[in-house]
Amino acid sequence: MSTEICKLMSLNQDKTNRRAFFVKLGLAGIGSVLVSKWMDKTSWAPNMGSTAKHLIIARDAYINRIKNSLDPEINVKARQGLPGKKFVLVVDLSRCRNARKCMEACAATHQLRPDQFHLNVLEMRDDEHTAPYYLPKHCQHCDNPPCVKVCPVEATYKRTDGIVLIDNERCIGCRYCIAACPYSARSFNWFDPKDAELYKDVPYNVERNVPQKKGTVTKCTFSADCLRNGELPYCVRACPNGVYYFGNLYEDSVTNGTTGETVKLSKLLEDNGAFQLLAELGTKPSVYYLPPRRNN
Amino acid sequence: METTFTGLQQQQKIDFDKMVTALTVVSRRKNKILEYWILFLVFCVGVGVYFYIKQLQTGLGITGMRDIVSWGLYISTFVLFIAISLIGSLTLAILKLLNQHWATPITRLGEIVAVGSLIGALLIIVVDMGRPERLWHIFVYGRLQSPIVWDIIVVNTYLIISLLLYYLPLIPDLHILHRRNLMGRGFKAKIIKFLTFGWQGTEEQNITLHKALHALMIIVIPVALSIHTVTAWLFANTLRPGWDSTNFGPYFVSGAFVAGAALMIILIYGARKVFLLHDYLRPLHFDRLGKLLVLLMLVYLYFNINEYLVPAYKMREHEKHLLDSLFTGEFAYLFWFSQFGGLILPTFLLIFKPLRKPLPLTIISFIVLVAAMIKRYLIVIPTLTHPFLPIQNYPEYYKHYSPTLPEVSITVGCMAVVLLVITILMKIFPVVPLYETAKEKGIPQSIINRTQP
Repeated sequence: MSTEICKLMSLNQDKTNRRAFFVKLGLAGIGSVLVSKWMDKTSWAPNMGSTAKHLIIARDAYINRIKNSLDPEINVKARQGLPGKKFVLVVDLSRCRNARKCMEACAATHQLRPDQFHLNVLEMRDDEHTAPYYLPKHCQHCDNPPCVKVCPVEATYKRTDGIVLIDNERCIGCRYCIAACPYSARSFNWFDPKDAELYKDVPYNVERNVPQKKGTVTKCTFSADCLRNGELPYCVRACPNGVYYFGNLYEDSVTNGTTGETVKLSKLLEDNGAFQLLAELGTKPSVYYLPPRRNN
Repeated sequence: METTFTGLQQQQKIDFDKMVTALTVVSRRKNKILEYWILFLVFCVGVGVYFYIKQLQTGLGITGMRDIVSWGLYISTFVLFIAISLIGSLTLAILKLLNQHWATPITRLGEIVAVGSLIGALLIIVVDMGRPERLWHIFVYGRLQSPIVWDIIVVNTYLIISLLLYYLPLIPDLHILHRRNLMGRGFKAKIIKFLTFGWQGTEEQNITLHKALHALMIIVIPVALSIHTVTAWLFANTLRPGWDSTNFGPYFVSGAFVAGAALMIILIYGARKVFLLHDYLRPLHFDRLGKLLVLLMLVYLYFNINEYLVPAYKMREHEKHLLDSLFTGEFAYLFWFSQFGGLILPTFLLIFKPLRKPLPLTIISFIVLVAAMIKRYLIVIPTLTHPFLPIQNYPEYYKHYSPTLPEVSITVGCMAVVLLVITILMKIFPVVPLYETAKEKGIPQSIINRTQP
């Protein structure tokens, strides 16, 4: 018994064994890199193409304008809502012809890649016997927002004026908000954002959510940067068909982005039998829809 | 000193020497199988690291995840690791509190599994982050309302308790190793001596240790339950079909036991073969763990029936799309394999005693473990591929999810890290508790404390 233990305790032999083993460990490490390289013949980066060239001239002017006009405190102020406001969007589905001008304006403003949406026009069919219709789907800026609840770092937040924003400089990229959102309204920057080079020196504005940052979540802002300047959101202004009304719930008035006509919100909703998307979930959206077909 | 021993003591002395040799031999002798196993794991980790660097450069787009399926293999593997970690502290703490002495030789392995898989869970959740360099934001800007923050709190609490439950019973063993110079004489011996914290095996120290362990074993039960319950709430606290379920906490906890017990059985089989511990990890352990697995699988089956049958009866519109894809659609093969092959059939087979022998039980456990991995995948992905609103204007492949090569490699790398931690902890110190086993055999402290064999 004891001789066996003595043999086991021969430390010198132990040391050479160990040295040999560490050499092997090193070889395993080198081998793993070589095999990985062999496995990794594909380029996993996306083929984005270059939309950059014609934008380069515009870039410097744009950056200068932003730098001069942007309030350096904007990302602090953007945490508070605009006083006396509670923004609502009304979407008249009976007028939507799927022109997609709103989507184009949105994607251009928010530096979105073609497969990223802050605003997505869906072709809906409630039942196989009913006619299809188009439904522009924004972030619903819920008053009971499932996304804001789950954020571990308060990157996404709800303002007093009803807007739900996300801070790309705070976001850790856990994507819990995407999983929690029942409207699939959020998007993630899986790669470097579109035209990342162009936007490199643009100061970050939470209310515009630009420049986008790789590895963070992005979403519809209700064009909070426009609202601060007293303008209507980009999508609302871009619509050629008069689909969108936007306004302040406290003033009970909304303005049509195409016609410029201002109407009483409560009357508009009541007269047309307005509904909310997935209202049964209790998220309390700030977006109202007017049904696709009406008699009046 | 030797002269005072009686015949009985002489026998005990020989028994104890044998025991020490048997239980420490693996950490001292060159072992070919173990060496190749470690090299294989290091290789897998290397491949994982290579692709993770690539992921850091390219972005998470290197994976198969996209805006619709925004959680994938990483999160399902995270859930699996959390699940596995439950077994160590919980079942074994319960078995110990219930004075099930047969379980003594496997208690330490249970803690090793818990520590290893928790490290894996913390690792893979960082891998899943889009901005891992902002991890500190959680500590600075952390919001207590977020289930992620609850998860971080309980997982770390559980990790600390598991480390203590691993380390405290190890102190007397380290003392034995140190007294016998089994850890050499140099720097390593000094560390070991430090780690014994002056343990001498006195009556007072034994009482203190016992009290501390007893308290920890009681504390660990609610903590362990809460770690998997909170992980279930990560999903259940959303409104999504398939996740929006009040059943999710206990459903996850019961499933966790099954996965953990299966991995334990496989590791015990490995330890028995590779570490030559046939005398300590006996067919009795397999038989009893087999029975335990049957019980755990029956409980899990009950929760599965609750989880799928109740929504399937109602067939609410949004749930229907999800359930159709599971029962008859694109996930049907995986779903029915995990239910029948991984749950119902093993439960039936393990009722028969011959199938609870080491080898058949290990094979069945392996199938159960694979099914457990698939089950986690089926909990995470189908719900995401079935959102409330139609998936339109996205590229066609957004509607489905298939993990990419880098993603699989990184996941395998994380699994290899878990197995590496488990293997190393099993190797460096006796995997079967020396001191406790000796105490249970009635060997007196005077013999345990002897310096040289």
